[in-house]
Amino acid sequence: MEIQQFISHIAEQFDETDPTTITEQTNFKELDDYSSLTALNILSVIDDEYDVNLKGDDIRNSTTILDLFNLVKSKVD
Amino acid sequence: MTDYNPFNLLGKTIFITGASSGIGRSTAIECSKLGAVLIITGRNEERLNETFSMLSGIGHQAIVGDLLNSDFRDELVNQLPKLDGFVNNAGINITNTVKFIKSEQLEQILDINVKIPILLTKEILKASKLNNYASVVFTASIAGVYRTSMGNSMYSAAKAAIHGFMRNAALEMANQKIRVNSVNPAMIETELVGKGNITEEQYEADRLKYPLKRYGKAQEVSWAIIYLLSDASAWTTGTAMVIDGGITLR
Ligand SMILES: NC(=O)c1ccc[n+]([C@@H]2O[C@H](COP(=O)([O-])OP(=O)(O)OC[C@H]3O[C@@H](n4cnc5c(N)ncnc54)[C@H](OP(=O)(O)O)[C@@H]3O)[C@@H](O)[C@H]2O)c1
Repeated sequence: MEIQQFISHIAEQFDETDPTTITEQTNFKELDDYSSLTALNILSVIDDEYDVNLKGDDIRNSTTILDLFNLVKSKVD
Repeated sequence: MTDYNPFNLLGKTIFITGASSGIGRSTAIECSKLGAVLIITGRNEERLNETFSMLSGIGHQAIVGDLLNSDFRDELVNQLPKLDGFVNNAGINITNTVKFIKSEQLEQILDINVKIPILLTKEILKASKLNNYASVVFTASIAGVYRTSMGNSMYSAAKAAIHGFMRNAALEMANQKIRVNSVNPAMIETELVGKGNITEEQYEADRLKYPLKRYGKAQEVSWAIIYLLSDASAWTTGTAMVIDGGITLR
Protein backbone atom coordinates (compact mmCIF):
# COMPACT_ATOMS: atom_id res chain seq x y z
CA MET A 1 0.00 0.00 0.00
CA GLU A 2 1.27 3.37 -1.03
CA ILE A 3 0.61 6.37 1.23
CA GLN A 4 0.60 9.03 -1.52
CA GLN A 5 -2.04 7.19 -3.45
CA PHE A 6 -4.07 6.66 -0.28
CA ILE A 7 -3.95 10.38 0.48
CA SER A 8 -5.14 11.22 -3.01
CA HIS A 9 -8.07 8.79 -2.72
CA ILE A 10 -9.12 10.50 0.51
CA ALA A 11 -8.47 13.99 -0.87
CA GLU A 12 -10.79 13.25 -3.80
CA GLN A 13 -13.69 13.02 -1.36
CA PHE A 14 -13.37 16.70 -0.51
CA ASP A 15 -15.11 18.98 -2.98
CA GLU A 16 -13.66 22.31 -1.84
CA THR A 17 -10.33 21.74 -0.12
CA ASP A 18 -7.35 22.05 -2.48
CA PRO A 19 -6.03 18.47 -2.68
CA THR A 20 -2.41 19.66 -2.77
CA THR A 21 -2.82 21.01 0.78
CA ILE A 22 -3.85 17.60 2.12
CA THR A 23 -1.06 15.51 3.70
CA GLU A 24 -0.83 12.43 5.89
CA GLN A 25 -0.88 14.72 8.93
CA THR A 26 -4.10 16.46 7.89
CA ASN A 27 -6.82 16.23 10.51
CA PHE A 28 -9.41 15.42 7.88
CA LYS A 29 -12.48 15.79 10.08
CA GLU A 30 -11.53 19.41 10.76
CA LEU A 31 -11.59 20.42 7.09
CA ASP A 32 -14.36 22.93 6.30
CA ASP A 33 -16.02 20.72 3.73
CA TYR A 34 -16.00 17.56 5.86
CA SER A 35 -19.54 16.25 6.40
CA SER A 36 -21.43 13.04 7.14
CA LEU A 37 -21.50 12.47 3.37
CA THR A 38 -17.69 12.77 3.21
CA ALA A 39 -17.43 10.15 5.95
CA LEU A 40 -19.62 7.74 3.95
CA ASN A 41 -17.65 8.45 0.78
CA ILE A 42 -14.38 7.75 2.61
CA LEU A 43 -15.72 4.38 3.77
CA SER A 44 -16.81 3.60 0.20
CA VAL A 45 -13.57 4.60 -1.50
CA ILE A 46 -11.58 2.50 0.99
CA ASP A 47 -13.87 -0.43 0.29
CA ASP A 48 -13.52 0.06 -3.49
CA GLU A 49 -9.76 0.57 -3.60
CA TYR A 50 -8.51 -1.68 -0.79
CA ASP A 51 -11.40 -4.08 -0.24
CA VAL A 52 -11.43 -3.12 3.43
CA ASN A 53 -14.74 -2.58 5.17
CA LEU A 54 -14.29 0.10 7.82
CA LYS A 55 -17.08 1.20 10.16
CA GLY A 56 -18.22 4.64 11.25
CA ASP A 57 -16.41 3.94 14.52
CA ASP A 58 -13.09 3.66 12.69
CA ILE A 59 -13.56 7.15 11.27
CA ARG A 60 -14.50 8.43 14.70
CA ASN A 61 -11.38 6.95 16.25
CA SER A 62 -9.04 8.36 13.58
CA THR A 63 -7.64 11.87 13.63
CA THR A 64 -5.19 12.13 10.74
CA ILE A 65 -5.18 10.54 7.32
CA LEU A 66 -2.14 8.58 8.50
CA ASP A 67 -4.30 7.02 11.25
CA LEU A 68 -6.73 5.85 8.60
CA PHE A 69 -3.90 4.62 6.39
CA ASN A 70 -2.40 2.57 9.22
CA LEU A 71 -5.76 1.08 10.05
CA VAL A 72 -6.44 0.07 6.46
CA LYS A 73 -2.89 -1.23 6.05
CA SER A 74 -3.27 -3.41 9.14
CA LYS A 75 -6.38 -4.96 7.60
CA VAL A 76 -4.89 -5.44 4.14
CA ASP A 77 -1.75 -7.23 5.40
CA MET B 1 -68.91 -7.07 25.15
CA THR B 2 -65.40 -8.11 26.19
CA ASP B 3 -65.15 -10.20 23.01
CA TYR B 4 -65.62 -7.14 20.85
CA ASN B 5 -62.60 -6.75 18.59
CA PRO B 6 -62.99 -5.32 15.06
CA PHE B 7 -59.31 -6.11 14.42
CA ASN B 8 -59.52 -9.85 14.97
CA LEU B 9 -58.30 -12.18 12.25
CA LEU B 10 -60.40 -15.22 13.11
CA GLY B 11 -60.84 -17.56 10.16
CA LYS B 12 -58.31 -15.70 8.01
CA THR B 13 -55.41 -17.45 6.28
CA ILE B 14 -52.40 -15.16 5.99
CA PHE B 15 -49.12 -15.61 4.10
CA ILE B 16 -46.08 -13.64 5.31
CA THR B 17 -42.65 -13.38 3.63
CA GLY B 18 -39.53 -12.55 5.64
CA ALA B 19 -41.06 -14.18 8.71
CA SER B 20 -37.76 -15.57 10.02
CA SER B 21 -36.82 -12.24 11.55
CA GLY B 22 -37.79 -8.73 12.64
CA ILE B 23 -41.07 -7.24 11.48
CA GLY B 24 -42.18 -10.39 9.62
CA ARG B 25 -41.65 -12.60 12.68
CA SER B 26 -43.47 -10.23 14.95
CA THR B 27 -46.35 -9.90 12.49
CA ALA B 28 -46.73 -13.68 12.24
CA ILE B 29 -46.84 -14.03 16.02
CA GLU B 30 -49.32 -11.19 16.50
CA CYS B 31 -51.58 -12.43 13.68
CA SER B 32 -51.67 -15.89 15.23
CA LYS B 33 -52.69 -14.40 18.56
CA LEU B 34 -55.63 -12.75 16.82
CA GLY B 35 -56.83 -16.03 15.39
CA ALA B 36 -55.24 -16.26 11.93
CA VAL B 37 -53.78 -19.36 10.32
CA LEU B 38 -50.30 -18.52 9.05
CA ILE B 39 -48.12 -19.63 6.19
CA ILE B 40 -44.68 -18.21 6.85
CA THR B 41 -41.56 -18.21 4.71
CA GLY B 42 -37.91 -17.19 5.04
CA ARG B 43 -34.47 -18.46 4.03
CA ASN B 44 -33.00 -19.36 7.39
CA GLU B 45 -34.57 -22.63 8.50
CA GLU B 46 -33.56 -22.37 12.13
CA ARG B 47 -34.93 -18.87 12.60
CA LEU B 48 -38.07 -19.64 10.60
CA ASN B 49 -38.75 -22.66 12.81
CA GLU B 50 -38.17 -20.46 15.83
CA THR B 51 -40.92 -18.13 14.58
CA PHE B 52 -43.10 -21.16 13.87
CA SER B 53 -42.70 -22.40 17.43
CA MET B 54 -43.80 -18.99 18.73
CA LEU B 55 -47.15 -19.05 16.89
CA SER B 56 -50.39 -19.48 18.85
CA GLY B 57 -53.10 -21.82 17.61
CA ILE B 58 -52.88 -24.63 15.09
CA GLY B 59 -52.79 -25.31 11.36
CA HIS B 60 -49.81 -23.09 10.54
CA GLN B 61 -47.18 -23.93 7.94
CA ALA B 62 -43.53 -22.89 7.54
CA ILE B 63 -41.89 -23.08 4.10
CA VAL B 64 -38.14 -22.48 3.85
CA GLY B 65 -36.56 -21.07 0.71
CA ASP B 66 -34.98 -18.24 -1.24
CA LEU B 67 -37.56 -16.09 -3.00
CA LEU B 68 -35.00 -15.20 -5.65
CA ASN B 69 -35.19 -18.80 -6.83
CA SER B 70 -38.06 -19.00 -9.30
CA ASP B 71 -38.42 -22.79 -8.92
CA PHE B 72 -38.88 -22.28 -5.20
CA ARG B 73 -41.45 -19.56 -5.85
CA ASP B 74 -43.41 -21.83 -8.21
CA GLU B 75 -43.45 -24.58 -5.62
CA LEU B 76 -44.39 -22.15 -2.87
CA VAL B 77 -47.27 -20.59 -4.79
CA ASN B 78 -48.47 -24.07 -5.70
CA GLN B 79 -48.53 -25.12 -2.07
CA LEU B 80 -50.41 -22.05 -0.87
CA PRO B 81 -54.03 -22.41 0.19
CA LYS B 82 -56.54 -19.67 -0.63
CA LEU B 83 -55.44 -16.54 1.18
CA ASP B 84 -57.25 -13.75 2.97
CA GLY B 85 -54.05 -11.88 3.66
CA PHE B 86 -50.64 -11.59 2.04
CA VAL B 87 -47.82 -9.64 3.66
CA ASN B 88 -44.97 -8.84 1.27
CA ASN B 89 -42.33 -8.10 3.84
CA ALA B 90 -38.96 -9.73 2.96
CA GLY B 91 -36.39 -7.05 2.23
CA ILE B 92 -32.81 -5.96 2.65
CA ASN B 93 -30.94 -2.70 2.88
CA ILE B 94 -27.61 -1.83 1.30
CA THR B 95 -26.28 1.67 1.86
CA ASN B 96 -23.80 3.46 -0.36
CA THR B 97 -23.35 7.00 -1.55
CA VAL B 98 -24.44 7.80 -5.10
CA LYS B 99 -20.86 8.23 -6.30
CA PHE B 100 -19.95 4.68 -5.24
CA ILE B 101 -23.07 2.70 -6.21
CA LYS B 102 -22.17 -0.66 -7.72
CA SER B 103 -24.32 -2.33 -10.30
CA GLU B 104 -24.42 -5.60 -8.30
CA GLN B 105 -25.59 -3.78 -5.17
CA LEU B 106 -28.33 -2.06 -7.10
CA GLU B 107 -29.45 -5.33 -8.65
CA GLN B 108 -29.47 -7.12 -5.32
CA ILE B 109 -31.54 -4.48 -3.58
CA LEU B 110 -33.99 -4.07 -6.46
CA ASP B 111 -34.36 -7.85 -6.84
CA ILE B 112 -35.38 -8.57 -3.27
CA ASN B 113 -37.20 -5.34 -2.46
CA VAL B 114 -38.98 -4.71 -5.76
CA LYS B 115 -38.86 -7.51 -8.29
CA ILE B 116 -39.78 -10.32 -5.88
CA PRO B 117 -42.76 -8.64 -4.19
CA ILE B 118 -44.12 -7.63 -7.60
CA LEU B 119 -43.63 -11.06 -9.17
CA LEU B 120 -44.95 -12.88 -6.13
CA THR B 121 -48.10 -10.74 -6.13
CA LYS B 122 -48.54 -11.48 -9.81
CA GLU B 123 -47.95 -15.19 -9.38
CA ILE B 124 -50.33 -15.48 -6.44
CA LEU B 125 -52.99 -13.51 -8.27
CA LYS B 126 -52.57 -15.54 -11.45
CA ALA B 127 -52.86 -18.79 -9.48
CA SER B 128 -56.13 -17.45 -8.01
CA LYS B 129 -54.84 -17.87 -4.48
CA LEU B 130 -56.38 -14.65 -3.19
CA ASN B 131 -59.96 -14.76 -1.94
CA ASN B 132 -62.28 -11.90 -2.75
CA TYR B 133 -61.99 -9.29 0.01
CA ALA B 134 -58.39 -10.38 0.65
CA SER B 135 -55.86 -7.82 1.82
CA VAL B 136 -52.32 -7.42 0.49
CA VAL B 137 -49.83 -5.42 2.56
CA PHE B 138 -46.35 -4.30 1.57
CA THR B 139 -43.69 -3.34 4.07
CA ALA B 140 -42.39 -0.21 2.38
CA SER B 141 -40.64 2.54 4.32
CA ILE B 142 -40.68 6.26 4.90
CA ALA B 143 -37.44 6.12 2.87
CA GLY B 144 -37.93 7.14 -0.72
CA VAL B 145 -41.58 7.98 -0.21
CA TYR B 146 -41.44 10.59 2.55
CA ARG B 147 -37.82 10.97 3.51
CA THR B 148 -34.24 11.15 2.22
CA SER B 149 -30.99 10.32 3.97
CA MET B 150 -27.30 10.06 3.10
CA GLY B 151 -26.28 6.75 1.57
CA ASN B 152 -29.85 5.54 1.22
CA SER B 153 -30.56 6.25 -2.44
CA MET B 154 -30.77 2.63 -3.66
CA TYR B 155 -33.06 1.58 -0.82
CA SER B 156 -35.19 4.69 -1.34
CA ALA B 157 -35.49 3.95 -5.05
CA ALA B 158 -36.64 0.42 -4.21
CA LYS B 159 -39.22 1.49 -1.65
CA ALA B 160 -40.52 4.30 -3.88
CA ALA B 161 -40.96 1.70 -6.63
CA ILE B 162 -43.01 -0.50 -4.29
CA HIS B 163 -45.08 2.52 -3.31
CA GLY B 164 -45.95 3.09 -6.97
CA PHE B 165 -46.72 -0.58 -7.52
CA MET B 166 -48.89 -0.77 -4.40
CA ARG B 167 -51.13 2.08 -5.54
CA ASN B 168 -51.55 0.77 -9.07
CA ALA B 169 -52.17 -2.79 -7.90
CA ALA B 170 -54.79 -1.38 -5.50
CA LEU B 171 -56.60 0.18 -8.44
CA GLU B 172 -56.57 -3.01 -10.54
CA MET B 173 -57.32 -5.45 -7.77
CA ALA B 174 -60.28 -3.44 -6.48
CA ASN B 175 -62.23 -5.23 -9.24
CA GLN B 176 -62.03 -8.35 -7.08
CA LYS B 177 -62.54 -6.33 -3.89
CA ILE B 178 -58.94 -7.14 -2.97
CA ARG B 179 -57.33 -4.30 -1.02
CA VAL B 180 -53.67 -3.35 -1.37
CA ASN B 181 -51.89 -1.06 1.10
CA SER B 182 -48.49 -0.52 2.65
CA VAL B 183 -46.98 0.29 5.98
CA ASN B 184 -44.17 2.82 5.88
CA PRO B 185 -42.09 2.59 9.01
CA ALA B 186 -39.21 4.80 10.06
CA MET B 187 -36.36 3.15 11.94
CA ILE B 188 -37.38 -0.01 13.77
CA GLU B 189 -35.13 -1.82 16.24
CA THR B 190 -34.46 -5.07 14.29
CA GLU B 191 -31.59 -7.02 12.80
CA LEU B 192 -31.23 -4.41 10.06
CA VAL B 193 -30.18 -1.81 12.62
CA GLY B 194 -26.52 -2.16 13.49
CA LYS B 195 -25.47 -3.89 10.29
CA GLY B 196 -24.44 -0.66 8.54
CA ASN B 197 -21.57 1.73 8.96
CA ILE B 198 -23.19 3.68 11.76
CA THR B 199 -21.83 3.70 15.32
CA GLU B 200 -23.98 3.09 18.39
CA GLU B 201 -23.32 6.70 19.41
CA GLN B 202 -24.69 7.95 16.09
CA TYR B 203 -27.73 5.71 16.54
CA GLU B 204 -28.39 7.21 19.96
CA ALA B 205 -28.15 10.74 18.55
CA ASP B 206 -30.47 9.69 15.73
CA ARG B 207 -33.08 8.25 18.11
CA LEU B 208 -33.28 11.61 19.85
CA LYS B 209 -34.19 13.34 16.57
CA TYR B 210 -37.55 11.57 16.69
CA PRO B 211 -40.28 13.65 18.33
CA LEU B 212 -41.16 10.52 20.36
CA LYS B 213 -37.43 10.09 21.22
CA ARG B 214 -36.98 6.48 20.21
CA TYR B 215 -37.03 4.07 17.28
CA GLY B 216 -40.08 1.88 16.78
CA LYS B 217 -40.62 -1.68 17.86
CA ALA B 218 -41.37 -4.44 15.36
CA GLN B 219 -44.71 -5.07 17.07
CA GLU B 220 -45.76 -1.48 16.49
CA VAL B 221 -45.45 -2.09 12.76
CA SER B 222 -47.21 -5.46 13.08
CA TRP B 223 -50.25 -3.85 14.66
CA ALA B 224 -50.56 -1.46 11.71
CA ILE B 225 -50.22 -4.41 9.31
CA ILE B 226 -52.94 -6.17 11.31
CA TYR B 227 -55.25 -3.19 10.96
CA LEU B 228 -54.76 -3.39 7.18
CA LEU B 229 -55.32 -7.18 7.18
CA SER B 230 -58.44 -7.00 9.31
CA ASP B 231 -61.97 -6.12 8.25
CA ALA B 232 -61.61 -2.90 10.24
CA SER B 233 -59.89 -1.48 7.16
CA ALA B 234 -62.45 -2.85 4.68
CA TRP B 235 -62.80 0.57 3.02
CA THR B 236 -59.07 1.34 2.92
CA THR B 237 -57.04 0.64 -0.21
CA GLY B 238 -54.00 2.27 -1.85
CA THR B 239 -52.94 3.80 1.44
CA ALA B 240 -49.37 4.19 2.63
CA MET B 241 -49.51 4.17 6.41
CA VAL B 242 -46.71 6.08 8.09
CA ILE B 243 -45.47 4.69 11.42
CA ASP B 244 -42.58 6.89 12.37
CA GLY B 245 -42.45 8.24 15.91
CA GLY B 246 -43.20 11.62 14.35
CA ILE B 247 -39.95 11.92 12.37
CA THR B 248 -41.66 13.10 9.17
CA LEU B 249 -43.09 16.03 11.16
CA ARG B 250 -39.60 17.51 11.10
N1 LIG C 1 -35.99 -2.29 10.36
C1 LIG C 1 -36.34 -1.10 9.92
O1 LIG C 1 -35.94 -0.07 10.46
C2 LIG C 1 -37.25 -0.98 8.73
C3 LIG C 1 -37.80 0.27 8.46
C4 LIG C 1 -38.64 0.43 7.37
C5 LIG C 1 -38.92 -0.66 6.56
N2 LIG C 1 -38.36 -1.87 6.83
C6 LIG C 1 -38.69 -2.98 5.93
O2 LIG C 1 -39.31 -4.01 6.67
C7 LIG C 1 -39.08 -5.26 6.04
C8 LIG C 1 -38.59 -6.25 7.08
O3 LIG C 1 -37.38 -5.75 7.61
P1 LIG C 1 -36.78 -6.20 9.03
O4 LIG C 1 -36.29 -4.98 9.67
O5 LIG C 1 -37.72 -7.07 9.75
O6 LIG C 1 -35.50 -7.00 8.48
P2 LIG C 1 -34.84 -8.38 8.90
O7 LIG C 1 -35.00 -8.61 10.36
O8 LIG C 1 -33.48 -8.35 8.32
O9 LIG C 1 -35.72 -9.45 8.11
C9 LIG C 1 -35.70 -9.52 6.72
C10 LIG C 1 -36.45 -10.76 6.30
O10 LIG C 1 -36.42 -10.86 4.87
C11 LIG C 1 -36.03 -12.16 4.51
N3 LIG C 1 -35.34 -12.19 3.21
C12 LIG C 1 -34.35 -11.39 2.79
N4 LIG C 1 -33.94 -11.78 1.57
C13 LIG C 1 -34.68 -12.85 1.22
C14 LIG C 1 -34.73 -13.71 0.10
N5 LIG C 1 -33.92 -13.55 -0.96
N6 LIG C 1 -35.63 -14.73 0.09
C15 LIG C 1 -36.45 -14.92 1.13
N7 LIG C 1 -36.45 -14.14 2.23
C16 LIG C 1 -35.58 -13.12 2.27
C17 LIG C 1 -35.11 -12.59 5.61
O11 LIG C 1 -35.00 -13.99 5.62
P3 LIG C 1 -33.72 -14.75 6.28
O12 LIG C 1 -33.30 -13.96 7.47
O13 LIG C 1 -34.30 -16.09 6.63
O14 LIG C 1 -32.68 -14.80 5.23
C18 LIG C 1 -35.82 -12.04 6.83
O15 LIG C 1 -36.84 -12.89 7.26
C19 LIG C 1 -38.11 -4.99 4.90
O16 LIG C 1 -38.82 -4.91 3.70
C20 LIG C 1 -37.51 -3.66 5.28
O17 LIG C 1 -37.06 -2.95 4.16
C21 LIG C 1 -37.54 -2.06 7.90
